[in-house]
Amino acid sequence: MIDSAREQGLETEAVIGLEVHVELSTHSKMFCGCRNQFGAPPNSQVCPVCLGLPGALPVINGRAVEYLCKTGFALGCTVSPYSKFDRKNYFYPDMPKNYQISQYDMPLTTGGSVTLVSGRKVRLNRIHLEEDTGKNTHAGAAISRSEYTLIDYNRAGVPLMEIVSEPDIGSPQEAEQYLSELKGILSHIGVSDVKMHEGSLRCDANVSIRPVGTQRLGVKAEVKNMNSFRSVVRALSFEIERMRECTRVGQPIVQETRGWDESRGVTHSMRSKEQAHDYRYFPDPDLVPLSIDAALLERWRLELPELPDSKRARFAAEYGLSAYDAGVLTQEAGDAAFFEAVAKASGDAKQAANWLMGDVRKCLQLHGLTLSSSPMKPAHLAALIAMVKSGAIGGKAAKEVCDELVMHGRDPQDVVGERGLAQTSDASAVAVIVDAVVARNPESVTAYRGGKLKALDFLIGQAMRESRGKANVDVVRSRLQELLD
Amino acid sequence: MISGHEIRDAVARRERSAVEVAQQALQAIDRLEPRLRAYISLLPERALSQARSVDARSRAGQDAGLLAGVPVAIKDLFCTKGDRTTCGSKILQDFRPPYSATVVERLEAAGAVVVGKTNMDEFAMGSSCENSAFFPTRNPWDEGRVPGGSSGGSASTVGAGCVPLAMGTDTGGSIREPASFCNVVGVKPTYGRVSRYGMIAFASSLDQAGPLSRDVRDAADALEVIAGFDPMDSTSVDVPVPRYADHLLEDLTGVRVGLVDDFDETIAADSGMTSLYQTAYRNIEALGATLVHVRLPHAKYGLATYYLIAPAECSSNLARYDGTRYGLRVDGGDDVYSMFERTRAEGFGPEVKRRIVLGTYALCSGYYDAYYVRAQKVRTLMKADFDLAFASCDVIACPAVSCPPFELGAKSQDPVAMYLMDYFTIPMSLAGIPAMSVPAGYVNGLPVGLQLVSPAFEEARMLGVAHAYEKATGHARRRAPQLSAR
Ligand SMILES: [Zn+2]
Repeated sequence: MIDSAREQGLETEAVIGLEVHVELSTHSKMFCGCRNQFGAPPNSQVCPVCLGLPGALPVINGRAVEYLCKTGFALGCTVSPYSKFDRKNYFYPDMPKNYQISQYDMPLTTGGSVTLVSGRKVRLNRIHLEEDTGKNTHAGAAISRSEYTLIDYNRAGVPLMEIVSEPDIGSPQEAEQYLSELKGILSHIGVSDVKMHEGSLRCDANVSIRPVGTQRLGVKAEVKNMNSFRSVVRALSFEIERMRECTRVGQPIVQETRGWDESRGVTHSMRSKEQAHDYRYFPDPDLVPLSIDAALLERWRLELPELPDSKRARFAAEYGLSAYDAGVLTQEAGDAAFFEAVAKASGDAKQAANWLMGDVRKCLQLHGLTLSSSPMKPAHLAALIAMVKSGAIGGKAAKEVCDELVMHGRDPQDVVGERGLAQTSDASAVAVIVDAVVARNPESVTAYRGGKLKALDFLIGQAMRESRGKANVDVVRSRLQELLD
Repeated sequence: MISGHEIRDAVARRERSAVEVAQQALQAIDRLEPRLRAYISLLPERALSQARSVDARSRAGQDAGLLAGVPVAIKDLFCTKGDRTTCGSKILQDFRPPYSATVVERLEAAGAVVVGKTNMDEFAMGSSCENSAFFPTRNPWDEGRVPGGSSGGSASTVGAGCVPLAMGTDTGGSIREPASFCNVVGVKPTYGRVSRYGMIAFASSLDQAGPLSRDVRDAADALEVIAGFDPMDSTSVDVPVPRYADHLLEDLTGVRVGLVDDFDETIAADSGMTSLYQTAYRNIEALGATLVHVRLPHAKYGLATYYLIAPAECSSNLARYDGTRYGLRVDGGDDVYSMFERTRAEGFGPEVKRRIVLGTYALCSGYYDAYYVRAQKVRTLMKADFDLAFASCDVIACPAVSCPPFELGAKSQDPVAMYLMDYFTIPMSLAGIPAMSVPAGYVNGLPVGLQLVSPAFEEARMLGVAHAYEKATGHARRRAPQLSAR
């Protein structure tokens, strides 16, 4: 099929399915009582169970099941009241038992979908629950040359939910949209930190290409090791182009697992289909089948908070935000709540949105912060908005105050007082300055009257400098126009 | 050596001190150990410190527990915190677990005094104790013969009278067969009756811990102590634990005892075996029981079913022994996988390797449905057989073994002959129901046990029948002649 595409010079399209692993933010691990917390000293959060010591047995964490079921409800999946856990057998030193407890043929949920901003629906195949592995650190530059490997089992046994999509994604950009939509939803339900850089959200992709207009799937490659949204886009773009190049030069595409090399910007073959593991799945005899009471499932369903898409619609209707603004502000549950608090306190939703998406965002990005990690309080941002509106401070001063809010969580009133940033709107005081500027610059006055409107900006600038930035620019402008027009 | 309940009563009444009892047990072990080799590790310090605290409790007038001061030997696959736990394997020869099995914790909480860790077939795979990575254990009735397995060390030391009580585990017969071989009582409880937490797994869906003891009453007390739900074991079941000692019977009037029509009689090579069991059934009838015939049509598939399920689970359970985190590590080679291979090649014995290979094969994609899934279906049929049988009887009586204890080395070159040793015990394991062996007499001067079987969680029934039988026949009271002669 691909060959004939080459002969006929047909366009090909990409077909992408994603397997997203999400670490659930439960208090304890999937099958033991150890803390589930990122960043603790190596091997400090371990016990006989998650170390796979002889004789230790797993016990299912009910909260993890709850989180997965809630995710299922949020994504429109069919949540199964009856499910079981299986062992996935393979040898790897970061796996304490050399098998992973996962779900094979009876996942907790099936079906469901994620709707992209474009309106396109990406169907889900299933979501299942499993345990995370430990983390290897290889000494030296490369795994093949490392002398030893350090293993941290803190992550071993952390509850992991795997969300498997159908191959409904058509481009690397759509893959990014899918991930971002998913991330927003998970953040709203509060089941995960969804931090890709800390590994609480990880993603593998199944990629193939086929001639446009055909339905049969081509030979797929599984791409692994993508650690950010950006690397997903880069890796998929590379892989699709690599496959297209294969068909152009008549080389067959083989089914294999390929790893993304972030620094070199390429994917490389990790193992072929022949080398693929036989995981020898079988039901874990240490666990009894999971049966969830219908009333409990219904309670979990009713406990779901407002989800991003309905929140987006509400923000647009209730606050008059544009679709774009509403979209950005509902990506994270915490951001959306912050916006609502500022909008209510300031009574000006438009300004609240402008600040959050403008100066606040810039300052956060500059210092590597997020709204949730910044000490800024909604009431303080609302107060700042009110000060600008009343003319108590000017735009430039407001930006300076905003930085203090974002970085140090200070009260804008204090910053303005301390730094003398309050502006003068007193017409008679401004008039004295403006009159002096007009008297000193007769040529600009002549130019303006002769039709050079830009000369007015020069005069405003001079007056602002004279006032050391404290004059209200609107008062300056109206006094000038009064004198010159 | 007197029985466990006599020791407990004497310690509670402060007629004897637990320390003195422990010292006597340790001395008896020391005296016989060169001949029997029942222990992998002795734990005199653990024993004496526990005995002192039991004495302190009884001096203070506190309840010292149902097993106060009773010396108990523990099969070396129960984790004992800080004390070496080898599972009879080289791969764990220096393993000291940081935690104790629930069974050990419950025994010690009830005042039992753990004196040592007993020898066993490696990872509980075997029927003679000859698969121990360290040394074989001898039968107290004839030191040239095996004590049975895999709980051979536990059966041997109780049979020799060193301790009144020991803990074993039974996957396909590993308590009942050695109990039969050493003339002691051995109980395999219902699957889920006793926590498996801290018990090193062979086949998770079959493994179950149980007592081996001098008499039925001690087994009843020990079972009461170790039974019950454990939040650390999801497969343990929350069913109330009765006072088993209150259910021990004196006569069997009104009890219906089922005899099985479907067992292959030719499996017992010795005609003495057949007549011994016929006598046993007549003894039961003489105690007032009604004998009825029951069918177990799928029992003949037991061995084949068992040798798919148990190896499949073991191939996965034993994957963790790779040299990375604990136990033996054999370094060298280019990468971590060669370390895994070298460690496992050197650490596991031939029988363990054979079962890992069998089980890995049975789980491979393409064979899984034909082997593992089908075996699970047979298991369901076997459960249904027992359900039907128990509709017409209260307890089933049948052989525990097909022969008296055999000579060391007699079957070690023939795995299938060894596997056949579990012919009569495997169906109950697959059905998950309780079964026990109680001393039933002698063939050629060697002990043989009778197997009694109850429906799930009805251990009290079989213990009741066993108690009446034991009292009437007196077989359990006979001592190993060779040991007393010397
Ligand atoms: Zn743990």
